[in-house]
Amino acid sequence: MITEIVGDVIRPILGGLSLTARRLRRDKATVMYPEEKRELPPRTRWRHVLARYENGLEKCIGCSLCAGACPARCIYVEAAENTDEERYSPGERYAKRYEINMIRCIFCGFCQEACPTGAIVLRKDFELANYHRDDFIYTKEMLLEPLAIAGEQ
Amino acid sequence: MPKRIETVVLHDSATPKIGSIEKGGSILLASKDQLLNLAREYALWPLTFGLACCAIEMMSTVASRFDISRFGSEAFRATPRQADVMIVAGRVSKKMAPVVRQIYDQMPEPKWVISMGACASSGGVYNNYAIVQGVDQIVPVDVYVPGCPPSPDALLYGILKLREKIKSRRFNEVIELTPRELDQVTV
Repeated sequence: MITEIVGDVIRPILGGLSLTARRLRRDKATVMYPEEKRELPPRTRWRHVLARYENGLEKCIGCSLCAGACPARCIYVEAAENTDEERYSPGERYAKRYEINMIRCIFCGFCQEACPTGAIVLRKDFELANYHRDDFIYTKEMLLEPLAIAGEQ
Repeated sequence: MPKRIETVVLHDSATPKIGSIEKGGSILLASKDQLLNLAREYALWPLTFGLACCAIEMMSTVASRFDISRFGSEAFRATPRQADVMIVAGRVSKKMAPVVRQIYDQMPEPKWVISMGACASSGGVYNNYAIVQGVDQIVPVDVYVPGCPPSPDALLYGILKLREKIKSRRFNEVIELTPRELDQVTV
Protein backbone atom coordinates (compact mmCIF):
# COMPACT_ATOMS: atom_id res chain seq x y z
CA MET A 1 0.00 0.00 0.00
CA ILE A 2 2.64 2.51 1.10
CA THR A 3 5.03 1.43 -1.64
CA GLU A 4 2.22 1.95 -4.14
CA ILE A 5 1.61 5.48 -2.89
CA VAL A 6 5.32 6.26 -3.02
CA GLY A 7 5.70 4.77 -6.48
CA ASP A 8 2.55 6.14 -8.07
CA VAL A 9 2.07 9.50 -6.35
CA ILE A 10 5.11 10.87 -4.56
CA ARG A 11 7.80 9.84 -7.02
CA PRO A 12 6.17 11.46 -10.09
CA ILE A 13 5.51 14.63 -8.10
CA LEU A 14 9.13 14.80 -6.99
CA GLY A 15 10.25 14.06 -10.53
CA GLY A 16 8.20 16.94 -11.86
CA LEU A 17 9.33 19.32 -9.14
CA SER A 18 12.97 18.46 -9.78
CA LEU A 19 12.48 19.62 -13.34
CA THR A 20 10.97 22.85 -11.99
CA ALA A 21 13.93 23.27 -9.66
CA ARG A 22 16.39 22.79 -12.51
CA ARG A 23 14.58 25.40 -14.59
CA LEU A 24 14.69 27.89 -11.73
CA ARG A 25 18.44 28.15 -12.08
CA ARG A 26 18.22 29.33 -15.69
CA ASP A 27 18.12 32.95 -16.77
CA LYS A 28 14.74 34.58 -16.91
CA ALA A 29 13.27 34.90 -20.36
CA THR A 30 11.07 37.88 -19.57
CA VAL A 31 12.15 41.36 -20.61
CA MET A 32 10.81 43.73 -17.96
CA TYR A 33 9.65 46.08 -20.66
CA PRO A 34 8.75 49.51 -19.23
CA GLU A 35 11.76 49.46 -16.90
CA GLU A 36 14.27 47.90 -19.26
CA LYS A 37 14.10 47.59 -23.02
CA ARG A 38 15.42 44.69 -25.00
CA GLU A 39 18.17 45.36 -27.48
CA LEU A 40 16.51 45.60 -30.86
CA PRO A 41 18.12 44.04 -33.93
CA PRO A 42 20.43 46.42 -35.85
CA ARG A 43 18.10 46.68 -38.84
CA THR A 44 14.96 47.44 -36.83
CA ARG A 45 12.70 49.88 -38.64
CA TRP A 46 10.53 52.14 -36.55
CA ARG A 47 10.03 55.86 -36.27
CA HIS A 48 11.27 57.99 -39.16
CA VAL A 49 13.79 60.75 -38.72
CA LEU A 50 14.73 63.43 -41.24
CA ALA A 51 18.50 63.60 -40.98
CA ARG A 52 20.77 66.63 -41.21
CA TYR A 53 24.29 67.15 -42.43
CA GLU A 54 26.97 67.93 -39.90
CA ASN A 55 26.73 71.63 -40.68
CA GLY A 56 23.03 71.61 -39.77
CA LEU A 57 21.57 71.71 -43.29
CA GLU A 58 18.75 69.29 -44.02
CA LYS A 59 19.55 66.32 -46.20
CA CYS A 60 16.07 66.27 -47.74
CA ILE A 61 15.90 67.90 -51.17
CA GLY A 62 12.16 67.51 -51.65
CA CYS A 63 12.35 65.10 -54.59
CA SER A 64 9.30 63.04 -53.48
CA LEU A 65 10.95 59.74 -54.37
CA CYS A 66 10.04 58.45 -50.91
CA ALA A 67 6.40 59.32 -51.54
CA GLY A 68 6.57 57.48 -54.85
CA ALA A 69 8.11 54.39 -53.32
CA CYS A 70 5.69 54.25 -50.41
CA PRO A 71 3.30 51.32 -50.85
CA ALA A 72 0.84 52.74 -48.35
CA ARG A 73 0.93 56.26 -49.88
CA CYS A 74 1.43 57.78 -46.47
CA ILE A 75 4.12 60.38 -47.28
CA TYR A 76 3.34 63.87 -48.51
CA VAL A 77 6.15 66.12 -49.71
CA GLU A 78 5.82 69.69 -50.87
CA ALA A 79 9.04 71.15 -52.25
CA ALA A 80 10.14 74.77 -52.50
CA GLU A 81 13.17 76.56 -53.91
CA ASN A 82 16.13 77.37 -51.76
CA THR A 83 17.37 80.94 -51.88
CA ASP A 84 20.62 82.34 -50.61
CA GLU A 85 18.79 84.22 -47.86
CA GLU A 86 16.77 81.20 -46.80
CA ARG A 87 18.76 78.06 -47.24
CA TYR A 88 17.58 74.77 -45.78
CA SER A 89 19.38 72.16 -47.88
CA PRO A 90 22.51 72.20 -50.04
CA GLY A 91 20.68 71.59 -53.34
CA GLU A 92 18.26 73.73 -55.29
CA ARG A 93 15.15 72.63 -53.47
CA TYR A 94 14.10 71.63 -50.00
CA ALA A 95 11.00 70.06 -48.48
CA LYS A 96 8.68 72.86 -47.42
CA ARG A 97 6.18 70.41 -46.01
CA TYR A 98 6.99 66.84 -45.15
CA GLU A 99 4.25 64.79 -43.56
CA ILE A 100 4.00 61.12 -42.74
CA ASN A 101 0.77 59.49 -41.73
CA MET A 102 2.24 57.24 -39.06
CA ILE A 103 -0.93 55.27 -38.62
CA ARG A 104 -0.96 54.19 -42.28
CA CYS A 105 2.78 53.63 -42.52
CA ILE A 106 3.82 49.99 -42.50
CA PHE A 107 7.50 50.67 -41.67
CA CYS A 108 8.73 48.78 -44.74
CA GLY A 109 11.73 51.08 -45.20
CA PHE A 110 11.16 51.62 -48.93
CA CYS A 111 11.39 55.39 -48.39
CA GLN A 112 14.79 54.93 -46.84
CA GLU A 113 15.91 52.84 -49.80
CA ALA A 114 14.54 55.28 -52.35
CA CYS A 115 16.06 58.38 -50.79
CA PRO A 116 19.03 59.60 -52.88
CA THR A 117 20.55 61.66 -50.07
CA GLY A 118 19.84 59.39 -47.10
CA ALA A 119 17.60 62.03 -45.62
CA ILE A 120 14.88 59.79 -44.24
CA VAL A 121 16.00 57.05 -41.92
CA LEU A 122 13.99 54.68 -39.79
CA ARG A 123 15.26 54.59 -36.24
CA LYS A 124 14.44 52.33 -33.33
CA ASP A 125 11.94 54.39 -31.35
CA PHE A 126 8.85 52.17 -31.27
CA GLU A 127 6.79 53.95 -28.62
CA LEU A 128 4.33 55.56 -30.98
CA ALA A 129 0.93 54.59 -29.59
CA ASN A 130 -1.41 57.48 -28.94
CA TYR A 131 -5.04 58.35 -28.24
CA HIS A 132 -6.19 60.38 -31.20
CA ARG A 133 -6.01 59.77 -34.91
CA ASP A 134 -5.01 63.36 -35.61
CA ASP A 135 -1.85 63.00 -33.53
CA PHE A 136 -0.39 60.56 -36.01
CA ILE A 137 0.25 63.04 -38.80
CA TYR A 138 3.92 63.66 -38.17
CA THR A 139 5.00 66.98 -39.58
CA LYS A 140 8.44 68.05 -40.72
CA GLU A 141 9.13 69.71 -37.39
CA MET A 142 8.44 66.47 -35.53
CA LEU A 143 10.50 64.36 -37.92
CA LEU A 144 13.56 66.58 -38.26
CA GLU A 145 16.58 65.67 -36.23
CA PRO A 146 17.23 68.30 -33.60
CA LEU A 147 20.22 70.49 -34.27
CA ALA A 148 23.35 69.22 -32.55
CA ILE A 149 24.38 72.71 -31.44
CA ALA A 150 21.68 75.24 -30.74
CA GLY A 151 21.82 78.35 -32.88
CA GLU A 152 23.53 76.64 -35.77
CA GLN A 153 22.34 77.05 -39.38
CA MET B 1 -16.67 67.41 -4.93
CA PRO B 2 -12.92 67.85 -4.69
CA LYS B 3 -10.74 64.80 -4.73
CA ARG B 4 -9.46 63.87 -1.27
CA ILE B 5 -6.36 61.90 -0.47
CA GLU B 6 -5.47 61.55 3.19
CA THR B 7 -2.59 59.75 4.76
CA VAL B 8 -2.80 58.69 8.38
CA VAL B 9 0.37 57.54 10.06
CA LEU B 10 -0.05 54.83 12.65
CA HIS B 11 2.42 52.98 14.91
CA ASP B 12 5.39 55.10 14.03
CA SER B 13 7.28 56.55 16.96
CA ALA B 14 9.29 58.94 14.84
CA THR B 15 6.20 60.73 13.52
CA PRO B 16 3.47 60.33 16.10
CA LYS B 17 1.22 63.01 14.67
CA ILE B 18 -1.89 61.92 12.87
CA GLY B 19 -2.18 63.53 9.48
CA SER B 20 1.52 63.68 8.76
CA ILE B 21 2.42 62.70 5.25
CA GLU B 22 5.75 61.11 6.13
CA LYS B 23 6.32 57.66 4.78
CA GLY B 24 6.38 54.58 6.99
CA GLY B 25 3.55 52.56 8.55
CA SER B 26 0.94 54.58 6.73
CA ILE B 27 -2.54 53.89 5.50
CA LEU B 28 -3.66 55.56 2.32
CA LEU B 29 -7.26 56.56 2.04
CA ALA B 30 -7.96 57.00 -1.63
CA SER B 31 -10.92 58.52 -3.33
CA LYS B 32 -13.57 56.40 -4.95
CA ASP B 33 -12.29 57.28 -8.41
CA GLN B 34 -8.84 56.04 -7.68
CA LEU B 35 -9.98 52.78 -6.13
CA LEU B 36 -12.22 51.99 -9.09
CA ASN B 37 -9.53 52.96 -11.57
CA LEU B 38 -6.97 50.84 -9.76
CA ALA B 39 -9.24 47.84 -9.98
CA ARG B 40 -9.87 48.46 -13.63
CA GLU B 41 -6.38 49.19 -14.84
CA TYR B 42 -4.70 46.26 -13.14
CA ALA B 43 -7.01 43.59 -14.54
CA LEU B 44 -7.63 44.41 -18.16
CA TRP B 45 -8.85 41.18 -19.64
CA PRO B 46 -8.55 41.21 -23.40
CA LEU B 47 -10.82 39.43 -25.80
CA THR B 48 -9.41 36.51 -27.78
CA PHE B 49 -9.93 38.17 -31.07
CA GLY B 50 -7.36 38.10 -33.83
CA LEU B 51 -8.13 39.01 -37.40
CA ALA B 52 -4.79 38.72 -39.20
CA CYS B 53 -1.03 38.71 -38.79
CA CYS B 54 -1.10 41.23 -35.91
CA ALA B 55 -2.73 38.47 -33.87
CA ILE B 56 0.53 36.51 -34.04
CA GLU B 57 2.32 39.39 -32.34
CA MET B 58 -0.54 39.63 -29.85
CA MET B 59 -0.03 35.95 -29.02
CA SER B 60 3.69 36.39 -28.51
CA THR B 61 2.92 39.29 -26.17
CA VAL B 62 1.28 36.73 -23.91
CA ALA B 63 4.29 34.40 -24.04
CA SER B 64 7.03 34.46 -21.44
CA ARG B 65 9.43 36.81 -23.26
CA PHE B 66 7.11 39.79 -23.00
CA ASP B 67 4.65 38.40 -20.50
CA ILE B 68 1.55 40.55 -20.59
CA SER B 69 0.50 38.97 -17.27
CA ARG B 70 2.83 41.43 -15.53
CA PHE B 71 0.08 43.95 -16.28
CA GLY B 72 -2.80 41.67 -15.31
CA SER B 73 -3.91 41.08 -18.89
CA GLU B 74 -2.98 37.45 -19.41
CA ALA B 75 -6.56 36.20 -19.14
CA PHE B 76 -7.66 36.29 -22.76
CA ARG B 77 -11.37 35.63 -22.66
CA ALA B 78 -13.09 33.66 -25.38
CA THR B 79 -16.39 35.38 -24.73
CA PRO B 80 -17.02 39.13 -24.96
CA ARG B 81 -19.17 38.95 -21.82
CA GLN B 82 -16.06 38.54 -19.67
CA ALA B 83 -13.68 40.83 -21.52
CA ASP B 84 -12.70 44.42 -20.72
CA VAL B 85 -10.59 45.39 -23.69
CA MET B 86 -10.88 44.44 -27.33
CA ILE B 87 -7.57 44.39 -29.17
CA VAL B 88 -8.51 44.68 -32.83
CA ALA B 89 -5.50 42.90 -34.30
CA GLY B 90 -5.52 42.92 -38.06
CA ARG B 91 -7.37 44.30 -41.04
CA VAL B 92 -11.14 44.45 -40.71
CA SER B 93 -12.87 43.47 -43.91
CA LYS B 94 -16.25 44.98 -44.69
CA LYS B 95 -17.75 41.53 -44.23
CA MET B 96 -16.23 41.29 -40.75
CA ALA B 97 -17.31 44.79 -39.69
CA PRO B 98 -20.80 43.87 -38.39
CA VAL B 99 -19.28 41.01 -36.41
CA VAL B 100 -16.74 43.32 -34.79
CA ARG B 101 -19.52 45.72 -33.85
CA GLN B 102 -21.66 42.96 -32.41
CA ILE B 103 -18.80 41.62 -30.31
CA TYR B 104 -18.14 45.15 -29.06
CA ASP B 105 -21.80 45.57 -28.13
CA GLN B 106 -21.76 42.29 -26.23
CA MET B 107 -18.90 43.40 -24.00
CA PRO B 108 -20.00 44.74 -20.61
CA GLU B 109 -19.22 48.31 -19.58
CA PRO B 110 -16.64 49.66 -18.91
CA LYS B 111 -14.93 48.60 -22.09
CA TRP B 112 -12.00 49.78 -24.12
CA VAL B 113 -10.69 49.20 -27.61
CA ILE B 114 -7.07 49.07 -28.75
CA SER B 115 -6.62 49.35 -32.47
CA MET B 116 -3.49 47.36 -33.15
CA GLY B 117 -1.52 47.85 -36.33
CA ALA B 118 -1.77 50.01 -39.42
CA CYS B 119 -4.59 48.02 -41.02
CA ALA B 120 -6.94 48.13 -38.05
CA SER B 121 -6.18 51.79 -37.39
CA SER B 122 -6.42 53.15 -40.92
CA GLY B 123 -6.52 50.40 -43.53
CA GLY B 124 -2.76 50.48 -44.03
CA VAL B 125 -1.68 49.40 -47.49
CA TYR B 126 -5.11 47.95 -48.17
CA ASN B 127 -6.74 51.07 -49.50
CA ASN B 128 -9.38 49.20 -51.43
CA TYR B 129 -13.06 48.31 -51.51
CA ALA B 130 -12.82 45.31 -49.21
CA ILE B 131 -11.17 46.72 -46.10
CA VAL B 132 -12.65 49.12 -43.56
CA GLN B 133 -10.42 52.19 -43.54
CA GLY B 134 -9.96 52.36 -39.81
CA VAL B 135 -11.85 50.39 -37.20
CA ASP B 136 -12.86 53.68 -35.56
CA GLN B 137 -15.58 53.86 -38.18
CA ILE B 138 -17.27 50.98 -36.39
CA VAL B 139 -16.27 51.14 -32.72
CA PRO B 140 -14.79 53.94 -30.59
CA VAL B 141 -11.05 53.40 -30.29
CA ASP B 142 -9.12 54.40 -27.17
CA VAL B 143 -5.53 53.72 -28.20
CA TYR B 144 -4.04 53.39 -31.66
CA VAL B 145 -0.85 51.35 -31.97
CA PRO B 146 0.95 51.94 -35.28
CA GLY B 147 3.19 49.32 -36.83
CA CYS B 148 2.95 46.52 -39.33
CA PRO B 149 2.68 44.56 -37.16
CA PRO B 150 3.54 46.34 -33.91
CA SER B 151 6.18 44.40 -32.02
CA PRO B 152 5.08 43.03 -28.64
CA ASP B 153 6.88 45.91 -26.91
CA ALA B 154 4.91 48.39 -28.97
CA LEU B 155 1.66 46.69 -28.03
CA LEU B 156 2.70 46.70 -24.38
CA TYR B 157 3.33 50.42 -24.71
CA GLY B 158 -0.20 50.78 -26.08
CA ILE B 159 -1.58 48.89 -23.11
CA LEU B 160 0.39 51.14 -20.76
CA LYS B 161 -1.09 54.17 -22.54
CA LEU B 162 -4.55 52.69 -22.05
CA ARG B 163 -3.82 52.21 -18.36
CA GLU B 164 -2.82 55.86 -18.09
CA LYS B 165 -6.09 56.79 -19.72
CA ILE B 166 -8.09 54.64 -17.32
CA LYS B 167 -6.16 56.06 -14.38
CA SER B 168 -6.96 59.63 -15.35
CA ARG B 169 -10.70 59.04 -15.55
CA ARG B 170 -12.82 61.01 -13.10
CA PHE B 171 -16.41 60.03 -12.53
CA ASN B 172 -17.93 63.27 -11.31
CA GLU B 173 -16.29 65.33 -13.99
CA VAL B 174 -18.20 67.01 -16.76
CA ILE B 175 -16.73 65.71 -19.98
CA GLU B 176 -16.22 68.27 -22.69
CA LEU B 177 -16.61 66.86 -26.16
CA THR B 178 -15.03 68.25 -29.27
CA PRO B 179 -17.47 68.85 -32.15
CA ARG B 180 -16.10 65.75 -33.86
CA GLU B 181 -16.75 63.57 -30.84
CA LEU B 182 -20.18 65.10 -30.43
CA ASP B 183 -21.00 64.02 -33.96
CA GLN B 184 -20.09 60.48 -33.11
CA VAL B 185 -22.35 60.54 -30.07
CA THR B 186 -25.42 61.79 -31.88
CA VAL B 187 -24.92 59.39 -34.79
